[in-house]
Amino acid sequence: MRFSEEFRDPALAEKLFTEIARTAEALARTRTRPITVMEVCGGHTHTIFRYGLKDRLPDTIEFAHGPGCPVCVLPMGRIDDAITLARRPEVMLTTFGDALRVPGAQGSLLQARAAGADIRMVYSPLDALELARKNPDREVVFFALGFETTAPSTALTVLRAAREGIKNFSLLCQHILIVPTLRALLEQPDFAVDGFIGPGHVAMVTGTRPYDFVATTYNRPFVVAGFEPLDILQSLLMVLRQLESGQAKVENQYARVVPPNGNPAALAAMRQVYETRADNAWRGLGNIASSGLQLRAAWSAFDAERRFPLTPHNVPDPASARCGAVLTGRIRPAECPAFGRECTPDAPLGALMVSSEGACAACYDYEGARQVA
Amino acid sequence: MCLGIPARITGIADAAAMLADVDVHGVRRQVDVLCVAPTDAPLEDLIGSWVLVHVGFAMSRISETEARATLALLAEMGELHEELSAMQSTGETGALHAVQ
Repeated sequence: MRFSEEFRDPALAEKLFTEIARTAEALARTRTRPITVMEVCGGHTHTIFRYGLKDRLPDTIEFAHGPGCPVCVLPMGRIDDAITLARRPEVMLTTFGDALRVPGAQGSLLQARAAGADIRMVYSPLDALELARKNPDREVVFFALGFETTAPSTALTVLRAAREGIKNFSLLCQHILIVPTLRALLEQPDFAVDGFIGPGHVAMVTGTRPYDFVATTYNRPFVVAGFEPLDILQSLLMVLRQLESGQAKVENQYARVVPPNGNPAALAAMRQVYETRADNAWRGLGNIASSGLQLRAAWSAFDAERRFPLTPHNVPDPASARCGAVLTGRIRPAECPAFGRECTPDAPLGALMVSSEGACAACYDYEGARQVA
Repeated sequence: MCLGIPARITGIADAAAMLADVDVHGVRRQVDVLCVAPTDAPLEDLIGSWVLVHVGFAMSRISETEARATLALLAEMGELHEELSAMQSTGETGALHAVQ
């Protein structure tokens, strides 16, 4: 048993593998195609590849690696916007490290930095605010990205800046929401996913109720999961058992961190600061209505899009990379013609190859040699 | 960004500003604790407890067992070092560290 010793409780891992195999076999008798389970969160994608879970599961189970890695769905047009802002002489652009390597139509933020733009990696939006305090003669713009897990942090930072009367801090807001995105995926007529492993830390903020529609309207099991390999195996088994019994409901495998109602203070901060954008472009998925967040008018003094002239534009995804098909579970990363050839972690063509939470980078890092050979 | 990192609250830096001092695997920094603040007790009650920190904000109180298991997971995934370096080199123009 090749990987068992890596699990914190090898005996439990063995039990879960056995039970998953038994349930999958029972299910396979009633179906003609594999059971496809989508893990929504990039953290889960990383765990699945890191621990080689796929290799230990029956061939009748497929993982589809969903859209829950924020840098992976960053559209090229938004990277270009960030670069346009960063090139202004008065601007110091700040963002998370992963965002620096994502290619836009005019290159990456890292390349813009090499060409002289003042671009800083920050660990936290609080650190961007601190740069604004320390550099009153500079305009500090925070390129804010992430799902519901990090959106409250940015909202609380805006509220803090307002309380302190800080005038030289603003956001290029690229926060996005997972719920409308799941709905858009489920509305696609050929969306062949049978159940979901739900995002643990997004649900820590949102609670589990916003996902009820996945079960009630679309009849798919949805199990909110933790990030240990054992959590993922247990959640997968919970999905399979629902399928076996013909049920679809929302279950919470990660109750030790996820309360049913989420985090009320975080949700209140989000409501106070943000409203949804009518249209929001995703890399690989196109426009999804109301899936992005922008600052409410009351906070426009902190909105870089209102403070600096920007011409919003859409840039088509690179034609040779099939990021959209990977994100929707239609193909596996290695089935993309660019995978491991024009598109590698060192020279990513698509954003799924940038972050260790991106399906393609995780696949390349842990299975690369085998896949491209 | 998705995984967060467990930290132990060592003190309250500024109760009015909701800022606490934490120890993250030996690295000290301030985090915002508004999302985990007790509603019916002073903020000092948080001292000694473990929290899950996402991008400088404590988002959930967790048990010490959960904290230690998550730190071990992050180390195995190669993300512990990255997260700690990102914390330590934040705001600099020099070396690039990926942030999860």
